[in-house]
Amino acid sequence: MVLPGFRITLGFTLTYTALIVLIPLSLLVWHASHLTAADFFKTVGNPQVVASYKLTFTASFLAALTNAVFGFIAAWALVRYRFPGRKILDSIIDIPFAIPTAVSGIALTTICADSGWVGGLAKAYGIKLVEFAERYRLDFFDVPLLDKVDGLRIAYTPLGVYTALVFIGLPFVVRTLQPAITDFDKEIEEAAHSLGANRFQTFWRIIFPSLVPALVTGFVLAFARALGEYGSVIFIAGNIPFETEITSQLIYTQLEELNYPKATAIALVMLVASFTCMFAINMIQWYSARYSK
Amino acid sequence: MRFRITEYFVPAILVTLTLVFLTFFLVLPLVTIFVEAFSKGYQAYLNAFNEEYAMSAIYLTIFTAAIAVPVNTIFGVAAAWCITKYRFWGRNVLITIIDLPFAISPVIAGLIFVLAFGKHSGFGGWFVDHNIEIIFAVPGIVLATVFVTFPFVARELIPLMQEQGSLEEEAAVSLGASGWQTFWRITLPNIKWGLIYGIILCNARAMGEFGAVSVVSGNIRGETNTLPLYIETLYASYATVPAFAMATLLAALGLITLVIKTAVEWKIKYDRSKG
Repeated sequence: MVLPGFRITLGFTLTYTALIVLIPLSLLVWHASHLTAADFFKTVGNPQVVASYKLTFTASFLAALTNAVFGFIAAWALVRYRFPGRKILDSIIDIPFAIPTAVSGIALTTICADSGWVGGLAKAYGIKLVEFAERYRLDFFDVPLLDKVDGLRIAYTPLGVYTALVFIGLPFVVRTLQPAITDFDKEIEEAAHSLGANRFQTFWRIIFPSLVPALVTGFVLAFARALGEYGSVIFIAGNIPFETEITSQLIYTQLEELNYPKATAIALVMLVASFTCMFAINMIQWYSARYSK
Repeated sequence: MRFRITEYFVPAILVTLTLVFLTFFLVLPLVTIFVEAFSKGYQAYLNAFNEEYAMSAIYLTIFTAAIAVPVNTIFGVAAAWCITKYRFWGRNVLITIIDLPFAISPVIAGLIFVLAFGKHSGFGGWFVDHNIEIIFAVPGIVLATVFVTFPFVARELIPLMQEQGSLEEEAAVSLGASGWQTFWRITLPNIKWGLIYGIILCNARAMGEFGAVSVVSGNIRGETNTLPLYIETLYASYATVPAFAMATLLAALGLITLVIKTAVEWKIKYDRSKG
């Protein structure tokens, strides 16, 4: 039995997808192909650009890792335990999706600046930590970000970039893990129990391995989102070249200076990184679907 | 009776960690928006709206969403229909392509429209020659918004319609219903909650998009400033209270979105348990 409407819906879908997504996107590649190889590599290998990759990739990786750890704990607690405020917390997990990036950007900057709630604490305790280190001649007060006058600085440092990226990536990990934890078959857990495994063994040997595909998917999703993130980062980063300038900001600056070929070249590098992440997620899903059968 | 450390201690630690982590990263930023907006009192908050630019930014934001959301909703329904009701060559590739705008950085999304319609491309040159402004004008903002909100509705509907199958539709058609009748009377009532959910997510993103819109807008006050861009302008000029006052509008929109989302999820669960 064939339902009517195939040709019209498919025709519309393909036309619209081509107009909005495929043609504009292929124009980017077409523009990039006008660059000579030498120009391309000179642009994408420029020290300032390389510094921005380092910051973007490192901060994104660390933020995704933080989310993998704390997101796992949060997802586990939200599914398995009953505590006051659970339902509210569960429904506000999506705040980073629901609130525009510019809004969360200025909010995070305010919190983490010297005069903010968290920034103030970081300053006071950072100074105490440096004083303590000096008094006992522990040589760690040379740590970057730790400062005798400013304490631990979050806003306008790489730590600020990291903070914004943790914020933006949090829902990806929690929302990918929650259904996996809910769907985990309790009978398998009970079987492990009755065969003499303790709770820790049951978790580590039985439950955790089955959650790994969801955890890795959440991690890669958070990482991919962090790579391209712009709005929530630029306010708290301060965009100091070589220090706190993310790659998206660099592309933006090139565009403002009407330097289209350079912007295109750098964008192409980031695009390849994003597509690699997307491909990785598809592979994980394909692999885990095949493996679980 | 022996005290089991894992039974009481571990959950307590995990719950505490969750509370601390989520409070720091979710509750604190949200509270800050409202605290800052009202930090100089109620009157200062209201004064922020008494600006010509504020009103034009709100108007442009609503205008943009009023185009992007319906267009992407129609697309989402059509795409979900052809993808879930039929098998055809390249179907999986199409699903992946629909997801593409999610994988692309907002700045790059803006860039591709600057490249497509800027005066340097042959295509964009034609528009420039005919005095039709696209980039650094409202059409560019609408296009960039349509691009970033492109997958939302389709993405919500595809898994839902996949799960529901086509048996009911097939029964309707074999009893003589037309395609339209089948869609309006059978499919739409079945997918309405998922559809609503997709639309509100699409709307929240359309009204809140910053990066892509920022690239194509040229930031002309009163003309090409959407609400998020206006917030940035205010914040950059140290007008903190007005910036956060505008931010409360978008934060409230986000919160309403979350409430509707929770209600829809509850409703879907309820319908399912009822059978």
